[in-house]
Amino acid sequence: MAMADEIAAEEFSTVVARHRPQIFRFLLASTRDVDLAETLTQDCFLKAHKNWSSFRGESSAITWLMRIAINLQKDHWRNRRMQFWRKTQSNAVGLDEASEWLPSGERSVEQQMLAKERVRQVSKAVESLSERQRTVFLLRYVEEAELSEIARATGLNEGTVKAHLSRAVTRVRAELGGKR
Amino acid sequence: MIFNDKAGEVGNIAEESGELDEALQDFRLSVHAWSEAALSRQRTAVAPVAQGRVWRLAVGWALGCVLVAGGASSGIWRHQQREMRNAAAHVAQQQHLQEQLVAQQRSQQARQEDEDLLTKVDSDVSREVPAAMEPLAQLMAEDETP
Repeated sequence: MAMADEIAAEEFSTVVARHRPQIFRFLLASTRDVDLAETLTQDCFLKAHKNWSSFRGESSAITWLMRIAINLQKDHWRNRRMQFWRKTQSNAVGLDEASEWLPSGERSVEQQMLAKERVRQVSKAVESLSERQRTVFLLRYVEEAELSEIARATGLNEGTVKAHLSRAVTRVRAELGGKR
Repeated sequence: MIFNDKAGEVGNIAEESGELDEALQDFRLSVHAWSEAALSRQRTAVAPVAQGRVWRLAVGWALGCVLVAGGASSGIWRHQQREMRNAAAHVAQQQHLQEQLVAQQRSQQARQEDEDLLTKVDSDVSREVPAAMEPLAQLMAEDETP
């Protein structure tokens, strides 16, 4: 029994080490608040640890963890509907900050400026999306998840995921098009 | 013409789509870089304060406050006592002076009364008792009478 617990603990440590960056990244992109993202990431793994024995491996560990993270984020938004926005507005970084992290690559200065401006526009569009649209959009275009994975993580059917994604992309496209 | 127009439209869509893809790719890269930087940043670890320690601190503060309040109130009480003692001493001194004055007045009055009495006694004695040469004077008077 003790051996089984030890193996389970070791497995869980591996899962944490492997998936923590991805969970944190998703929560950071959703909230734009580093401290809040860290807190929710910790909560996510705490909850996962408590329920680790009930994880039956029907979906991949990351999908299971992502589902917990999405629910935690949803709860957070629901509990602090108005306060959250005020807090987020004060703690979240501006759109400029996120775009500042864009790697320069082998672009010219002008291309870098253009790219940063585009990232700013995408960020602005993402900010204006509904919670569900934003979640679907970030899972698809930041985490590069398949539609079926997104459906499992969000608990939506694939058709609904596609609809949300389509609306989100239309918004982003409009933001990019409007600024030209 | 129609073909050209359609070709132009398709070209625009392709260009737009390419730009969107590029924008989404850049957005993804920036979020990844931001997340990595945030994960690897230096964090200040704050040791959680044990519950027992919190209680000890609270009790310590409470005792400290009681001691300070006790000290302050004791000082105030002592000061009040001293003030009361001083006031009582002042009143006693005033009363003593008053009594002294009254006693002085009484003693002066008694002295005066004594002096008056002595004067009166002297006067009475001088009227009742004959002078030492009075018998001789009487004899002389008798001799002179025919």
